[in-house]
Amino acid sequence: MSRYFTEEHEWVEVDGDVATVGITEYAQSQLGDVVFVEVPDEGRALSKGDDAAVVESVKAASDVYTPASGTVVEGNPALEANPALVNEDPEGEGWFFRLTLADASELEGLMDADQYAAFVAKL
Amino acid sequence: MSDPNSSQDADGLEPIAPSLLPLDAWHRAKGGRMVPFAGYVMPVQYEGIMAEHLWTRQHAGLFDVSHMGQLLFTGEGVAQALEALLPGDLQVLAANRMRYSLLLADNGGILDDLMVTRLPEAHPFGEAGEPVPAGEAFYMVVNGATKYDDLGHLREALPDSITINHLEDRALLALQGPEAVTTLARLIPGVDALRFMTAGAFEWAGHALWISRSGYTGEDGCEISLPAEAVEAFADALTAEAEVQPIGLGARDSLRLEAGLPLYGHDLDEETTPVAADLGFALSKRRREEGGFPGAERILAERAEGPAIKRVGLRVDGRQPVREGATVVDQAGKTIGRVTSGGFAPSVGAPIAMAYVPAALAVAGTEVTLSQRGKTHTAEVVPMPFISHRYVR
Repeated sequence: MSRYFTEEHEWVEVDGDVATVGITEYAQSQLGDVVFVEVPDEGRALSKGDDAAVVESVKAASDVYTPASGTVVEGNPALEANPALVNEDPEGEGWFFRLTLADASELEGLMDADQYAAFVAKL
Repeated sequence: MSDPNSSQDADGLEPIAPSLLPLDAWHRAKGGRMVPFAGYVMPVQYEGIMAEHLWTRQHAGLFDVSHMGQLLFTGEGVAQALEALLPGDLQVLAANRMRYSLLLADNGGILDDLMVTRLPEAHPFGEAGEPVPAGEAFYMVVNGATKYDDLGHLREALPDSITINHLEDRALLALQGPEAVTTLARLIPGVDALRFMTAGAFEWAGHALWISRSGYTGEDGCEISLPAEAVEAFADALTAEAEVQPIGLGARDSLRLEAGLPLYGHDLDEETTPVAADLGFALSKRRREEGGFPGAERILAERAEGPAIKRVGLRVDGRQPVREGATVVDQAGKTIGRVTSGGFAPSVGAPIAMAYVPAALAVAGTEVTLSQRGKTHTAEVVPMPFISHRYVR
C-alpha cells in the first residue's frame, strides 16, 4: 500500500485498484471543529479534480476534490453521525470515501509523505 | 480541499494594510490565530471555536473588542443634538444608564448600530492630560468596520457646539459568561453592584476604567474601557483567574447568533430599516410620538402598516450549516428572501440562521425552503433568542 498527498491537502491511499481518500492533519487543523460532512454516494463516477465531498466547520464550508478518477465504492458512513472524527483522526478513521481507480497513472506526480511535510512547512 | 480561509475577510473593505490592536502580541503569545477583520488583525480562535463558545456559556470568556470605536460627545444640548441622528430617548436617559440605538440615514436605513451611555459628572474620558469637559456628556461604542464612516457622518451632521472625541488611546475588553462578574469583582470590588445596561467609573492599578454590565453573547458580563497602555497587564490579571479563557472572533459570532443579536454589515445595513430588522424596541415611545429622527416618516409608517420583509430566526433541518448568502425560495424556486447569518450553533447542537423573509412568513412555526450552492434545505421560523438571555437586571 502507498499513500500520496495533494497540494489541496487530500491524502489518497492505494490498495490494489481501490483508493481511500481523506483530508490531512494540516487540513483539519485549518478547518477547526468539523460539524458536517457530505460524502459521495456509491456508484458515482468521479473525474480527477471533481468536487467529491463537502466538509463544514463552525466557520466555513470547503469542497474536497478527488485526487484521481474512478467510481465510488463507499462514503464513510461514520461521518454522518460523528463529523468530529475528521478532527480526531483525519488520516485514519476520518476517511471520506473509497473509489475504484480508473487510471492509476493519475497518481504519478502527487507527493509522498516527506514531500508533503516539506510542502506544509513552507505554508 | 478548497481553502477554508479564502473568504474570511468578507467585510467588503479594500485590502489596505491592517492596523494592530494594543493586545496584538498578547493574542499571538496566547496562541491566537490572527486574521484580517474590520481593518485590524484579530484572533479568530485560540483553542478552537467550539470549545471557546461552550467555555463562555459555562464560565467566563475574555474578548478583545478594541477595534470598536469609542466616542465621547460633549457640549451644550448634546442629548438633543444626538437625538436628531438616532431614535433613542437620550433626554430622559439617567446618568450611568445605556441604550442600544441606531444611526439612521435620511431614508430610514441603518448606518450603524451602537451603545450609548449618559455619563455622570465624573467620568474617565477625555484627551490625555486634558481636563474632562464639564456638562452633559455621552459615551458611544460603534462598530469597528464602520467607525470612520460614522465619524464623518457625525461630524457633518452635529452642530459645531458639540465636540466629538475619538478615544483612540483606549482599549475595550468584554468579559462574558455566568462567572464573569464574580471573577471581575475579585479584581475590581463593587463591579457586581452594576445591573444590566448600567455603567460606572472604576479603578484598577491606578488606571481609570469605565465598566458597563452589557455584552454581545446573551450571557451576563461586562465591557471594560481602559487606557491602551494598561490593557496587557489587565488581560494578564484576568486570564490568571481560573474561570477566564481568551475567546476569538469565531465564537463571538456563534455566541451572538445564538443570542439572536444582529451583526452590522450582515444582518443590518443601509438598505434595512429598524422595523424590517425587528428592532422596534430601539424606537423609544417619546421618539415614536414626536418623530424628529432620520427617516421617521417611513419608519413610523412601516411600523403602523407592517414591513414588507422581516428579520427572523431559523432552525435549519438536518446537520448542514446554511450560511450568509443562501437564499429563501418559494415552491417554484424563486428567491423571496435571504439568509444574512448562519452556522452551526454549538449550544443548540444544530444549524441556525437569521434571514429576511416576506412578512407573511415571519411567523413562528412557518416552514421555509432555503437554497445554498444548488442544494435545498428546509427550516422552521422560530422565536429568537435561540438560547435564553441570562442578563442580571
